[in-house]
Amino acid sequence: MRKITARPYSLRDVPFHYCPGCMHGIAHRLVAEVIDELGVSGRTIGISSVGCSVFAKHYFNVDMIQAAHGRAPSIATGVKRVLPDRVLFTYQGDGDLAAIGIGDFIHTAYRGEKITTIFVNNAVYGMTGGQMAPTTLIGQVTKTTPFGRSVEINGNPIRVCELIAPVEGVAYVERVSLHNPKEIIKAKKAIKKAFEMQLNGIGFSLVEALSACPTNLGLSPLEAVKWMEEKMIPFYPLGVYKSPAGVV
Amino acid sequence: MARVTFREDRCKGCQLCTTACPKKIIFMASSINEMGYHVATVTEQEKCTGCGLCVIMCPDMVIEVERGREN
Repeated sequence: MRKITARPYSLRDVPFHYCPGCMHGIAHRLVAEVIDELGVSGRTIGISSVGCSVFAKHYFNVDMIQAAHGRAPSIATGVKRVLPDRVLFTYQGDGDLAAIGIGDFIHTAYRGEKITTIFVNNAVYGMTGGQMAPTTLIGQVTKTTPFGRSVEINGNPIRVCELIAPVEGVAYVERVSLHNPKEIIKAKKAIKKAFEMQLNGIGFSLVEALSACPTNLGLSPLEAVKWMEEKMIPFYPLGVYKSPAGVV
Repeated sequence: MARVTFREDRCKGCQLCTTACPKKIIFMASSINEMGYHVATVTEQEKCTGCGLCVIMCPDMVIEVERGREN
C-alpha cells in the first residue's frame, strides 16, 4: 500500500502549540504544501506576526523572521526590495493585521509590493485571552464585550477583503474558510494562486482564511465549526474579491 | 484497500476528523494519551475507503492514510 498523504517538506516535524480544534494547523499545512508544490522552498522567506501564530517560525521549514506587532508587511517589503528573487509571505492574524497593523498593511497594498499575505481571521484576540478584535462580529461576546459587540459602542467590524480589493496595487484577494474539507481544498487553491501572483510579479496578494478559536469562543471545536457556518460566513462572504481580471 | 493510522501522541481530541469522515468510522477512544486527550481511533478499518478527508481536516497532522494493493 502507498501513502497518499505526507507531511510537507516545508513544515517541521514538531507538535503545534495550538489549542485543540484551532485551525492554524490547517493553514500552516496548506501554506507549506503550496511552497512545496511550487518548488520554492529554498528561496522562501516567511514573516510571522504577533499573536497565536507568533511561533510559526518554529514550524515552517523555510527562513522565517518574527516581526514586531503588525509590522510583518513592512518587513516583507524590506526583504523583497533587497532580495527581489525571494518569495515572501506574511502570516498574520486578525489582531495583528486588522488592528495594530492595518496601517502597514494598507500602505503595502497601495504600494503594490509583490508579497503574499495569509490572513487568518478568527474574530477574536486569541493569544491575549479573548478580547474584542476589529473583526469581532456584532453581538459576539468576548472578554471586553461581555454583553456582545454593539455598533453604538464598539463600531462595525472591518471586512478586510472588501476594504483592500479596490486598491490598484492589489493583484489577488480571496476569502476562504477552513471549516470543512471542501473549503480547505478551495483554500489551498487560493493560496497557490496568491503565491503565483507574486512569482509572476503581478502585485500584492491576500488570502483571508476564516478560522475558529474554540478556546476563546467558549465552545467545543465542533460547536465552533457550527458557529462559523451560522454566524461568521454569512457576515464574511467567501469568494474571490479581486483577480487580475478586475474587482469581482 | 485502504488503511488509516493515527499518531496518537499528537492527537488533541478535537473531533474535527469524526465529522469529516464520510463513512463515520472515526470515533474518540476512551483511553487518553500523554497530553491527557481522548484520541481519535478507528476499529472498522475495512470500511475505510482511503479518501483522505480526515487528513485534510486534521489540524495537527495526526492521521496517515494508505491506499492500494496489499503487498
